[in-house]
Amino acid sequence: MTALADTWALTVRDLLRLWRQPWFIAIVLVQPVIWLLLFGELFQRVVDIPGFEGGDYKQYLVPGVLVMTAFFSSGWNGMSTIEDLERGVTDRFLVTPARRWPLIVGRLGQNAAQVLIQSVVIVAMALAIGVSFDGGVLGVAAMVVAALLLGTAFAALSNALALVARQEESLIGAVTFLQLPLTFLSTAFMQEELIPGWVATVAEYNPVNWAVVAGREAAQAGTDWGAVVGYCGLLAAFAVACTMLATRAFRAYQSSV
Amino acid sequence: MTNAIEAEGLIKNYGDVRALDGLSFSVEEGTVFGLLGPNGAGKSTTVKVLTTLARSDEGKASVAGHDVLREPSRVRRSIGVVAQRSGVDRDLTGRENVRLQGHLQGMRGRELDRRVDELLEQLGLADAARRVARTYSGGMQRRLDIAMGLVHGPRVLFLDEPTTGLDPEVRAAMWREIERLKADEGLTILLTTHYMEEADQLASQVAIVDRGRVVAEGSPAELKASLDGEAVHVELDGANVNGNVDAALRGVPGLRDVLVEGRALHARVDDGARAVPAVLAALDSHSVPVAMVTVARPSLDDVYLRYAGRSFAEADKTDQKEENE
Repeated sequence: MTALADTWALTVRDLLRLWRQPWFIAIVLVQPVIWLLLFGELFQRVVDIPGFEGGDYKQYLVPGVLVMTAFFSSGWNGMSTIEDLERGVTDRFLVTPARRWPLIVGRLGQNAAQVLIQSVVIVAMALAIGVSFDGGVLGVAAMVVAALLLGTAFAALSNALALVARQEESLIGAVTFLQLPLTFLSTAFMQEELIPGWVATVAEYNPVNWAVVAGREAAQAGTDWGAVVGYCGLLAAFAVACTMLATRAFRAYQSSV
Repeated sequence: MTNAIEAEGLIKNYGDVRALDGLSFSVEEGTVFGLLGPNGAGKSTTVKVLTTLARSDEGKASVAGHDVLREPSRVRRSIGVVAQRSGVDRDLTGRENVRLQGHLQGMRGRELDRRVDELLEQLGLADAARRVARTYSGGMQRRLDIAMGLVHGPRVLFLDEPTTGLDPEVRAAMWREIERLKADEGLTILLTTHYMEEADQLASQVAIVDRGRVVAEGSPAELKASLDGEAVHVELDGANVNGNVDAALRGVPGLRDVLVEGRALHARVDDGARAVPAVLAALDSHSVPVAMVTVARPSLDDVYLRYAGRSFAEADKTDQKEENE
């Protein structure tokens, strides 16, 4: 109970910090809209490629943009941890009797809130430009859950890396190194039938793709719920593993101070 | 009489660097104990080990009766820590900072709110409580750090370099606050500092730390009394003239613990007034020009000089350089 209350208190703290940076909030909200509109325009003729199923690329794109947004913004979650390390805030937390995992999960709570709000903006924008979600409210909710799970996993990894590397430059390097390849080694922008075989093979093991496939399956008509639950299960297991790794990373940090 | 802190043979290595080299000392309950030494002497590492942030490689330590390695949670409940690097979250208000710290210490609801208000009032932060800490002055941030360290009513308070970087007036105010904490709350306080006068003013017992070891321990008065006679400091006016100075001083009677560091010459004598003319005459006869001479009762500076074999200012400079490299 104490640990859960600590988690909540730390989530509130991170949300307050976010709330006091209006420019950051503006960017967080506007960026996914730009992705959706820009990619939707840029690639609208993709549907003309022989073999592409379905007639509307924007419809195809929404789950991809939703997952990409969650993935991108979560990768930066560790930056707050580096700031805390530099300011001595982490040290102050570590000499209280609080458990270690709330220090990570509290931050993941803030990240989840951020991804949730971004998802709502994307879904609203998609509806506004005429995208229809045939999977209904439940389908949209499942799509958002897939994005949340993926975001949680990568936010946890980002925090683990922050505690081990303890330098902004290292974290920025690692995040930018991973972001685009993992996004494009997936079916976020192109159907599986149309991508090279090796990319499809890699994508099978790419958590970003798990979230894209689960999200797209959930959002469309005739959802294969078995597949959605299966991929979400994989994502949840991945998220738990990353969170445990991040909690362990406090030991690595403490053995260096 | 019980000890609030006991450290015995602490050893801590960072790679090839030995930060603590068999450091031992103990602190009696309800007293202010000063850990005094130049930058890089191992003071902050000692605090990290005693506050369970870092683990020593060898040796053992207990705080408030609990072993730091085996019962870290109990230690953490009994201590307040004001680290050298402020732990203030600059994006939260003063009140939010203290409240979160109390929460992590297990306090809740009305009890927590009352305590937070009381502390902010006590430390003169009540008016600024609802402003984000980014807008605080250095002294205010330091007081906020102390409020966070005290929120759960600890028995032992660690103050790591609490006045470094503060203006003289703010430092004086901080000293009064520390004295009040000892008098009113009966706290045991471990204070680390590289300001001699700070240890002299605040601490009833002092351990002088050099290169990861305690080289001298006692009350400031005892330590100073252990150096009989008076301290003579001569500032030479000229280039490096080591050989000349040594030759010149060999003949002066009653001159002890002579140390030459660049242009500074330190020594001790029984009677300063009588020795100074002899010292000056000797230097003059070897054509060593002198810029300034002072004679004084031994200070903690001289105690450090005596036990560490180098002057405090010099050690502070070289160790800082090593740290920056």
